[in-house]
Amino acid sequence: MSVAGETKPTKFARVRGFVVDLWYVLIRPSSVFGLGVLVLAGFVAGVIFWGGFNTALEITNTEKFCTGCHEMRDNVFAELKTTIHFSNRSGVRASCPDCHVPHNWTDKIARKMQASKEVWGHLFGTIDTRDKFRDHRQELALHEWARFKANDSLECRNCHSAQSMDITKQSPRASVAHQRFLFTGDKTCIDCHKGIAHQLPDMRGVPGWQ
Amino acid sequence: MTFSPRILAVATILVALSTSLLAQQVSTGLRGPTPLNEVGPAAPMTPLKNTAEKEVRNYPEQPPVIPHSIEGYQIDMNGNKCLSCHARARIAESLAPMISITHFMDRDGQFLATVSPRRFFCTECHVPQHTTTPPVTNDFVDIDSMLNKATPGGRR
Repeated sequence: MSVAGETKPTKFARVRGFVVDLWYVLIRPSSVFGLGVLVLAGFVAGVIFWGGFNTALEITNTEKFCTGCHEMRDNVFAELKTTIHFSNRSGVRASCPDCHVPHNWTDKIARKMQASKEVWGHLFGTIDTRDKFRDHRQELALHEWARFKANDSLECRNCHSAQSMDITKQSPRASVAHQRFLFTGDKTCIDCHKGIAHQLPDMRGVPGWQ
Repeated sequence: MTFSPRILAVATILVALSTSLLAQQVSTGLRGPTPLNEVGPAAPMTPLKNTAEKEVRNYPEQPPVIPHSIEGYQIDMNGNKCLSCHARARIAESLAPMISITHFMDRDGQFLATVSPRRFFCTECHVPQHTTTPPVTNDFVDIDSMLNKATPGGRR
């Protein structure tokens, strides 16, 4: 509440005054800079903004960033280290975002927005101990399985395509299973290949498991 | 009976020499020519047999060996990867052999509705096979060959 006769404006009034002034500058045509300068400056600023945004986005898409929190480093990342997706004969590694972040840009942004829930979980310690992580493990796994099922295991197929699969090079068991279920479109990767990169949660009630 | 110190000393040296000589000559199949007091090079790792072809059992009670790789298969209180193919309800889809009915029995011989906890951990008895030649030979003969040898010509 302002008192009549007071000369010094409040902080709120000063900020409001600044915003109003800025608005009037922005909606009027420039009388100082040429149109070409403005367009060029806008273009350069756009490039810098977009480059910065994407660079920051890509930094959040690295194994180093993902394992920066102990929840990931001590649980899921520790488990990944024992599997073939971490270390294998040809030296190709699938790191966290290869499987857990869609590569398509729109889907990637959608997933990154969902990840704000994970920041919340980190701040409030939802899974900050091994026991708490175990308690939530089934819920977390079910989310990922549902995502893989919904997009036909897209993140698997970014590397493993059915078209480039040479079934004569596979073990007889794998070859038969892929011909019966994968090539016919009957099942998608995640239906059979659960728990290949991390340990399994309580599997009671999961289709195909006891 | 008493020994002079000289005889005792000679005997001790002889025994010491003979055992150390023996130790160098002992060659068990698994450790190779490495002397017992040394650690030899580790044998190279061999791949798992992965043909999925059934193997003949050597005697009726033998737990069938696993003819495929089971690398990374989880068997714990959360789940049992083996049972996702070999369980009673799964074999129609997987075409894998069903686990034996004996696996449903508790130790009193009572049949349970599902796998008995004492039979849950498959690899306690069933093991995958490595593609390698056995370093130690053995002359095991199965019972059918024994019976045939005892009664040539098939007279029983």
